[in-house]
Amino acid sequence: MARNKRAIPEINAGSMADIAFLLLIFYLVTTTMDTDKGINRKLPPIDELTEEPPPIKERNIFTVLVNSNDQLLVEDEYLEISELRAKAMEFIDNNGDGSCTYCKGYGISSSSDNPVKAVISLQNDRGTSYGMYVKVQNELVAAYEDLREIYAENEYGRSYRSMDPEEDEEIIKEVKNAYQQKISEAEPLNIGG
Amino acid sequence: MAVIKKKKDKALPAVNTSALPDIVFMLLFFFMVATVMREVDLKVSVNKPQATEIQKLERKSLVTYIYAGSPRQKYQDKFGKTPRIQLNDAFASLDDVQPFVIQERETKTEEERPMMTMSIKADKTVKMGLISDIKLELRKAQAYKINYSSNPAKDAQALYTADY
Repeated sequence: MARNKRAIPEINAGSMADIAFLLLIFYLVTTTMDTDKGINRKLPPIDELTEEPPPIKERNIFTVLVNSNDQLLVEDEYLEISELRAKAMEFIDNNGDGSCTYCKGYGISSSSDNPVKAVISLQNDRGTSYGMYVKVQNELVAAYEDLREIYAENEYGRSYRSMDPEEDEEIIKEVKNAYQQKISEAEPLNIGG
Repeated sequence: MAVIKKKKDKALPAVNTSALPDIVFMLLFFFMVATVMREVDLKVSVNKPQATEIQKLERKSLVTYIYAGSPRQKYQDKFGKTPRIQLNDAFASLDDVQPFVIQERETKTEEERPMMTMSIKADKTVKMGLISDIKLELRKAQAYKINYSSNPAKDAQALYTADY
């Protein structure tokens, strides 16, 4: 009886909320939520050996030039940025020698042999704006991604972009292999810098 | 009766918690002042370009940032408006890029080093001359994995207009 009467009173939990809010605010402030995003690229190593690069046929090179006024010259033609993606896709998917079984290109004799041989060559001026450069890069990457999308849709009946990197590793590898990104960058010019 | 009353007096009074909010706020202020946010103090203004084909940068600890852009308003008296490079918390010159990359690489473990990514956070108005110079320095420092930091484009069509 006596023990019951002397029971410790309940601890006031009214401030629990304060503590919780405190923690919440603290974590809200410290965690940086913005995951960084961007276009991944790989730089070529600097060659110490001045070895002649293997000759590439003119028809297998898709030249993209960007001048200091952010204008595009693609395959010696003036082009708007909105047309670049379609033009690049046409070039990669051309299938001039007929060795690419999944390509949908027109097989034009002046365009690329097959996606493996097709190389996109990008050259910009030192005066080109970074914004334009990223836009061009974006369009060229998008061209490859769109082709992969079409390929995956035809071969597997699935969307390439929505594949899971771990679950569909094999398929992604296969699709990537069908259209390998080949974007080569030349040293920038300095005309209108 | 008297006996019962005596026992009631001996019961512990409720703990006074009226000072708890004060303690809590004290803690809050302490942390607010003491925590060092690893977010660097941007000295250059960076208005990132927009793109659609972007990938997330996994593992933030392996990402090193290089900022490029015009100095912010309050630094313009001293440094002018020409785009500059910022490494960590200070303005830097091109020659500082290589040592910076090497120093950053030292902080990573052996197996992490090949996975190191250099994220270039540059303003979209910066001329490619500066970016190319940075890229050349990175190549010299053997940091080949790079990322052009950009914001996801809300509308892909908007990318095609001159005013990006």
